[in-house]
Amino acid sequence: MALYSKRRTLTLLAGAATLSLMAAACSSGSNSSSSDTSADNSRGPITYVQGKDNSDILAPTVAAWNKAHPNEKVTAKEQSDQADQQHDDLVQNFQAKSDAYDVVSVDVVWTAEFAAKGWLTPLKGDMALDTTGYLPATVKAATYNNTLFAAPVSSDGGILYYRKDLVPTPPTTIDDMWKDCAIAKKNNMDCYAGQFAKYEGLTVNATEWMNTFGGKVVDDSGKPVVDSPESLKGLTALVDGFKQGYIPKQALTYQEEQGRQSFEAGKLLFLRNWPYVYNLALTDASSKVKTKFAVAPLPGATAGNPGTSSLGGHSAAISAYSKHKATALDFLKFLTSEEQQKFNMEKGSLAPTRESLYSDASLVKTYPYLPTLLKSIQSAVPRPVTPFYPAVTTAIQDNSYAAISLATAPDQALKNMQAALTAAISGS
Amino acid sequence: MSATTAPTSSAPAAETTGQEIHHDRNRWGQIRLYVGLAVIVVWGLAPAYWMVVTAFRDVGYTFDTSPWPTHVTLDNFRTAFDTSRGNHFGAALWHSIVIGIVTTAVAMLVGVFAAYAMSRLNFPGKFIILGVILGSSMFPGVALVTPLFQLFSNLGWLQGVNYQALIIPYISFALPLTIYTLTAFLAEMPWELEESARIDGCTPGQAFRKIMLPLAAPGLFTTAILVFIASWNEFLLASQFSTKYTQTVTVAIASFTGAQPHQEPYTAIMAAGTIVTVPLIIMVLVFQRWIVSGLTAGGVKG
Amino acid sequence: MSAVAQGAPQTKPPKLRKSLNAGQGRLGLLLVVPTLVFLTVIIIYPLVWAIVLSFQKDAGLDKATGLFVEGGSAGFSNYTHWLLQRCGETSCPPGTLGSQFYSAFWVTIFFTVVSVTIEIILGMWFAIIMNKDFKGRALVRAAILIPWAIPTAVTAKLFYFILAYDGIANHLLGLVGIDPLLWTSDPWPAKFAIIIADVWKTTPFMALLILAGLQLIPSDVYEASQIDGASRWQTFTKITLPLVKVPLMVAVLFRTLDVLRIYDLPAILTGGAGGTTSLSMLVIKQIRAGFHSAAALSTIVFIIIAIVAWLFIQFGGAEVIQRPPGSKKKGKGDDDTTQATTAAAMVSNTSMGGGGA
Repeated sequence: MALYSKRRTLTLLAGAATLSLMAAACSSGSNSSSSDTSADNSRGPITYVQGKDNSDILAPTVAAWNKAHPNEKVTAKEQSDQADQQHDDLVQNFQAKSDAYDVVSVDVVWTAEFAAKGWLTPLKGDMALDTTGYLPATVKAATYNNTLFAAPVSSDGGILYYRKDLVPTPPTTIDDMWKDCAIAKKNNMDCYAGQFAKYEGLTVNATEWMNTFGGKVVDDSGKPVVDSPESLKGLTALVDGFKQGYIPKQALTYQEEQGRQSFEAGKLLFLRNWPYVYNLALTDASSKVKTKFAVAPLPGATAGNPGTSSLGGHSAAISAYSKHKATALDFLKFLTSEEQQKFNMEKGSLAPTRESLYSDASLVKTYPYLPTLLKSIQSAVPRPVTPFYPAVTTAIQDNSYAAISLATAPDQALKNMQAALTAAISGS
Repeated sequence: MSATTAPTSSAPAAETTGQEIHHDRNRWGQIRLYVGLAVIVVWGLAPAYWMVVTAFRDVGYTFDTSPWPTHVTLDNFRTAFDTSRGNHFGAALWHSIVIGIVTTAVAMLVGVFAAYAMSRLNFPGKFIILGVILGSSMFPGVALVTPLFQLFSNLGWLQGVNYQALIIPYISFALPLTIYTLTAFLAEMPWELEESARIDGCTPGQAFRKIMLPLAAPGLFTTAILVFIASWNEFLLASQFSTKYTQTVTVAIASFTGAQPHQEPYTAIMAAGTIVTVPLIIMVLVFQRWIVSGLTAGGVKG
Repeated sequence: MSAVAQGAPQTKPPKLRKSLNAGQGRLGLLLVVPTLVFLTVIIIYPLVWAIVLSFQKDAGLDKATGLFVEGGSAGFSNYTHWLLQRCGETSCPPGTLGSQFYSAFWVTIFFTVVSVTIEIILGMWFAIIMNKDFKGRALVRAAILIPWAIPTAVTAKLFYFILAYDGIANHLLGLVGIDPLLWTSDPWPAKFAIIIADVWKTTPFMALLILAGLQLIPSDVYEASQIDGASRWQTFTKITLPLVKVPLMVAVLFRTLDVLRIYDLPAILTGGAGGTTSLSMLVIKQIRAGFHSAAALSTIVFIIIAIVAWLFIQFGGAEVIQRPPGSKKKGKGDDDTTQATTAAAMVSNTSMGGGGA
C-alpha cells in the first residue's frame, strides 16, 4: 500500500507540474475578445502604439494631448525596436479584431498590406484628412487603391554626402560625379558608395537609380512596369559604376554603417546615405571629415533634375476595430500637426512630412541639411505600394544584386525582375 | 622499453620524460605536440579574444587592427545597457535567465521521471517511446516554426508577455537531450544499493529519492547546465516568437541598434556578446571536468 | 555490477517479482507520460498541422476591391511550387523565393558536407594531440570549450565583425599580400565565411567526443603496434579509426543533422548574400510572405532531413536507435560509448531544435 501511494505521489507530481505550467501558459495569453465595431464616430480614451521611441518623444507628445483632452486620453504603447516584431504584433491584434490598439504607427511599406486586409480605417468621408501642405510622396506612400489609409508622420530621404575640401561644387549629374572620381583616384580614395548589400537598403538604392532615369517599378495601378528602357538606363548606369571601379567592389557588402565608416575615415569621396550620418560625421571622435564634408541632393540623370530618392518614414493609421474613431482622427491630426512635427525634428531628428518646416529658420540652423533633404523628398518616389511588399522587395533585391555583382546583364536582370514582380503581385 | 624508445610520437610522453629527453626524434615529437596544443588554444581563444578587445575599444576606433587593447574604455558596456537607444539588453538578460531557469527546472523534472523509467523499468512500448524521443532530437526546429507560428498566433501568444511561447517549445526540445544524458548517468549508477534499500523495506520511490538521487546529483547537475546553456543560446524560435517583453539575449544582440535607426555599434555589440558569454565560460571553466567527463562518462569509465 | 543492476525482467523472474513487474509497467508508462505530452504538443501535433496547412492556398487579392480573400484548397500546388518551381502558370523567375529552393537545397548540402568533413579531420587531429600526456590539460580543455559555449548568434555577430571588409581578417590577409575579400557578399568567400564560423564553433566538441573514444583504447594496444613496427599511419587506420568508429559515426550523424538545419549563422552573418540562403532561412523568409506555402516548404525540409537521418542509420553504422540506453546490454564499452556520445552529440550544437550552428 505504501508502495502504491508513493508511486502515485511521484506520478501526480509529474502530472501536476506539467499541467500547472500549461495552465499558467494559457492564462497569460492576452486575447481581447470584444469585436464591437459598430459605434464608429464615438469619442473616448484611445491607445496609440508605435515602435521603440529612441529619443523620448512619445511621452511628452502624449502628455501634451492628454492635458488638452482630459476625457479622451491617449495611452501610449511602445513596441519592440525590431520591424518584424512590430509588424507581427500589429497583425496579431488585427487578426483578433481587437480594439486594444486604436491608432497604430506603420512603416510606409506596410500600409498597403494592412489596408488590403481591411484592418485600417479609410481616411475619407467623415474620416477625411486634409493633406495640403504635405510632401506629395509621403501622401502617395500612405495611399492604397486610390484611398488614403494613413497620415504621414515622419519622412526620410537619401542625400549625397561629399568632401567639400576636395570637390568644391557637388556634382548634379551622375556623369559629373563619375568625372569627379578622378579626384578620388588622385587621393587614393574610393569614389562613390550607397547601400548595396543584399537587404532592404538595396531595394531603396536600386529603385532610386531606376527612378532617377525615369523608370518605374510599378505603375499607379500596381502593375509591374520595371522592364522599361528608362529603368534599364538607370540600372546600367549603376552597374557601370561598379564595372568602372567608381563604386568600390566592397560596396557590395555595405549597409548604411559600412559606408558611413568609410566616409568618416576619409576613404570615400561621395556617399549616398540618410540624414542620420550628418551629426555623427560631425561629432564622432574618429571622424576625419568633421569640417570637410557637405551635403547635396542626389545627382540626376541630366542637369537640372536632381536624382530621385526613395522614401522612408512612418505613418499613423486608425484601426478598423477602434471604438473611438473620432478621437482617433483628432489624435492623428494632432500627431501630424506642424508643432508636433517640429518637436519631433528638434528632439528626435525625425524628418517632417510638411513642406513648410524644411524652411523653418530655427530648425535649419540646427540641421543644416534640411533644405537639401527637402529637395530629395520633394522628388522622392515611394517604394512600391503593394500588399505583397515582402515578395516585391525580394524580387528587386535579388535581381538588382545579380546585376551589380556582374552575375547577370542588366537587361536580363530587369526581365527577371519584371517576371518575379508579376509572380509576387499575383500572390503565387 | 628502451629498445623502442619512442619510434613514433604517439608514444605517451610521460614515458619519455627524464633521461631520454635528448633523443632527437623525441624532442621533435615534443615540439610537434606543443605546436599542436598551441594551435588548439589559439583556435579556441583568438576570436573570443578579439571580441573582448573590441568590447573595450572606443567606438571611434572600431576597426583598429592593433592586436592588443587600444583606446580602452568601459563606454561600450554602458552603451550595451543604455535603454535610451531602444535596446533593452538588461531586460533581455533577465528574460533569458527566467526562460532558462524555468525550462531547465521543468525539463529536469519531467526528464528524470522518464530517464528513470527508461533505465530502470520495463514497460510495454518502451522502445517505441525511446525511438520517438530520440527521433524528436533530430527534428528540424524550422519545420515547427511555421505551424507553431500559426498556432501561437491564434492563441494570441505572439504579443505581450509570452514566456510560454518560448518555454514550452524549449522544454520539448530539451527533453530528448535531458532524458538521454540522464539515462546514461542512471545506467552507470550502482543500483545494487537501491536493491538493498528495497530489501530493507524502502519503496522504489523512497529508494530512488533517498539513496539514488544524492548519488545522481553530479549527473543531474551537469545535465541541468547543458539544458540551461542550450536554452540560453537558442536563436531561431526566439527570433520568431519573442516580443518586446520576452526578447532574449541572442535576439537582442542580433538586432542591436544605435542611437539612430541605421546605426550598428559593433563595439557595444561585442560588449553585449562578452556579457552574454562570460557566465557560460565561467560555468564551463568551473564545471569543465564534469561537463566533459560527465558527457562521456559511459565511455571513459567503461 | 551489471548482473544485478540490469538483470531485472529477462532473467526468468521468480514468482514474487511478477506482480511487481505489472506495477512496474504501469509506473514506467506514467513516468514517461509528461514527456510524451510535451513531445506531442510541440512536435507531433504541429507536424501534422503543418501538413494540413500546406494543402491550402495563400490568401489572394480580389482585383476589384483590392482586399484579400481566402485562398481555398490548394491541392499539391504549394508542393509543386517548390519542387517543380511553379509560380502560377509559369516557372518561378529569379527573385522569387520559389526560385531559390534548389539553390538553398544545394548550398545547405554543401555546408553540410564541407563543414562536417573539416570538423572530422580537424577534430581527429585535435583529439589525437589532446590524448597525449602534457601539462596544462585543464587549460587546453577550457580553451577548447569556449567556442562551444559562445551562443551561435554571438558567434555570427563576432565573425561578421572579424570578416568585415575593414576587419581584422582582411587586415591579416593583407599582411601576407592577399587582397581583401568580400566575406559577407561574394559567393565563395560568403560560403566559406559560414563554414569557417561553423567549423570554429563545433570542431572543439567533435574533438572532445573523439577524445572520449580514444581514451577507451588501452595504451597497450598502441605499445603492441609499436613493437610490431607499425607506422604512424598504420596505427591510425588499423587501430585508432576502427576503435573510435562508433562514437564518431554518432557524432557525425548529429552534426550532419545540425548543419542541414543551419539558420543562425547565415541569417546573421551574410543574410543570405552570395547564395548562402539555407533551407531554414528560406522557410523563415516565406512565413511572412505566404503561410501555407511556408508550411509546404517546412514539410519538405522535414522529409529531406528524415531521409538523411534514415540513410545514416541504415548505412552509416550510426546505430543510435537500435541500442537504447540502459536496456538489454550485452557487451558494455561500445554501447556505453554510443549512448554517451549520442547524448553528447545532441548538445554539440549548443542550441536546441536545430537552427543553431
